[in-house]
Amino acid sequence: MNTLGIVAPQSMFFSTPLPLQSGATIADYTLVYETYGSLNADHSNAVLVCHALNASHHVAGSYSEDASTKGWWDNMIGPGKALDTNKYFVIGINNLGSCFGSTGPMHTNLATGKPYGAHFPVVTVEDWVQSQARLADALGIQQFAAVMGGSLGGMQALAWSILFPERLRHCVVIASTPKLTAQNIAFDDVARQAILTDPDYHGGDFYEHGVVPKNGLRVARMLGHITYLSDDDMAVKFGRELRSGAYQFGFGIDFEIESYLRYQGDKFSEYFDANTYLLITKALDYFDPAKDFGGDLTKTLSCTRAEFLLVSFSTDWRFAPERSHEMVQALVNNKRTVTYAEIDAPHGHDAFLLDDPRYMNVVSAYFARAYQEIDGGSLKVGASA
Amino acid sequence: MNFEQLSVLRPDLAFIAHWIGNGTQVLDLGCGDGVMLDYLQSDKQCGGYGIEIDDDKIPECIQRGVSVIQRDLEAGLAIFADNAFDTVLCLSALQMMKNVEGVLRDISRVGREAIVSFPNFAYWPHRIALLRGRMPVSKSLPYEWYDTPNLRCATIKDFEELAKEVGLEVIECMALDDGQPVSFLPNWRGSLAVFRLRKRYAQQAIRL
Repeated sequence: MNTLGIVAPQSMFFSTPLPLQSGATIADYTLVYETYGSLNADHSNAVLVCHALNASHHVAGSYSEDASTKGWWDNMIGPGKALDTNKYFVIGINNLGSCFGSTGPMHTNLATGKPYGAHFPVVTVEDWVQSQARLADALGIQQFAAVMGGSLGGMQALAWSILFPERLRHCVVIASTPKLTAQNIAFDDVARQAILTDPDYHGGDFYEHGVVPKNGLRVARMLGHITYLSDDDMAVKFGRELRSGAYQFGFGIDFEIESYLRYQGDKFSEYFDANTYLLITKALDYFDPAKDFGGDLTKTLSCTRAEFLLVSFSTDWRFAPERSHEMVQALVNNKRTVTYAEIDAPHGHDAFLLDDPRYMNVVSAYFARAYQEIDGGSLKVGASA
Repeated sequence: MNFEQLSVLRPDLAFIAHWIGNGTQVLDLGCGDGVMLDYLQSDKQCGGYGIEIDDDKIPECIQRGVSVIQRDLEAGLAIFADNAFDTVLCLSALQMMKNVEGVLRDISRVGREAIVSFPNFAYWPHRIALLRGRMPVSKSLPYEWYDTPNLRCATIKDFEELAKEVGLEVIECMALDDGQPVSFLPNWRGSLAVFRLRKRYAQQAIRL
């Protein structure tokens, strides 16, 4: 399989204050991003890829020969891949509040001279979209060929279709939802409580204490990880396998699943920021574009102009296929062009990051078809629908 | 896709396409590779959706530019509003349904008209096979009894009764063989039964 090879992030500074949904404002900020492929002459082949909870702008390619530096959607994006960088100009943007380079809680608040910490304003999916639109402006992209994302990234793609209907021709929403369920919010809050009650959290100002609330982050990640896998998948991968062949009659690691989750938690606590985790789970919880329309998703999506591709996975109980059905129904009610694939995959929510030929074939066919508009010259960029 | 291409590819669909008006909204249940909607969109400016369960068919539909929704027909129609479509197509798919009556009722709910086709079990080679004591295997019923996806076997006469039962009126009923209409002894000589149906007015009145 072809690869993008070594890629490098770029950054852009914005000095115009960004008003946020909460009423707060970020005075100035930096967005870190990566691009792959090249923008064509009429700027009609750009695809924005939005990231989920613990991912970043590093969508595809690698930072070195080391395979562990591969982008999180490298299996999907690259030369000759489902989202083909020989045809499309692909952009990954790190969201505000994240811990991978864009302005976030660990950065210095110029107003106080100290890290933002817990005082970093709560940002929403819509705020991210507004900031992404400014980067698009700066890159000279008036209309995206597509905005795409999985999970929380799918929420951003959906928000794009509502906030900037004319600025995307295709909206690709994978393993996502138009709003979280009570169960989803409950999981998020348990994760937040794990962090908030960690003595090393220090009210969010742990940077100045030279510590990291690792235990809180570990538990948050372990819990999150359980919700990304399916029961069957866990049973197949781990079952009741014992780490050392016999019960230890203690509270250490007996089962393989414990070992796996602790390893994932440890790894995560090494690189992820606790304040970012809090912020991003809040953004997830708050996302509910139909709230302003009395809960009516059909009315909410009536302003959209994009064509839609939605994909869900049968064993995803975090953002179940039923959530995608709600979006499909609302789009059909609006007579929107919508394609929906429901992949019968055993891997739960994580399936959206994995290689499944049925899934890849759907996305690949969709982008190949969308490219005909660009290549066939049937496009009038910027023309209103 | 133009009419010539459709006629070569699928003569049965080419015959049925005559019944679908220009610029109408169509729902194609069990749309397969999307060839019918591809034709209706490009030649008749129709809009609408296809429903298909088969993983392999979804990318084919996408490549044709057909809006396909991957669902099981028996659960998937709930997302459509009453009378959302001018015509609902259910072509060679109904015989695979568990709840044929439920699907037919849903078809009559979401569409003003419907076109339903299915293999005619009373086709003469099928009758002969049964007389010889064997389940029929033919071009229109190409499966053995133990591996067939066709859960339901019906004849033209059988279907007329059920259509009435669910409040559908038969506008036209044709039997096709190799995509060509059969007018003499249709329930004997037609391998494919094709019904053009619309909601009975009495039924609509009751609903109002």
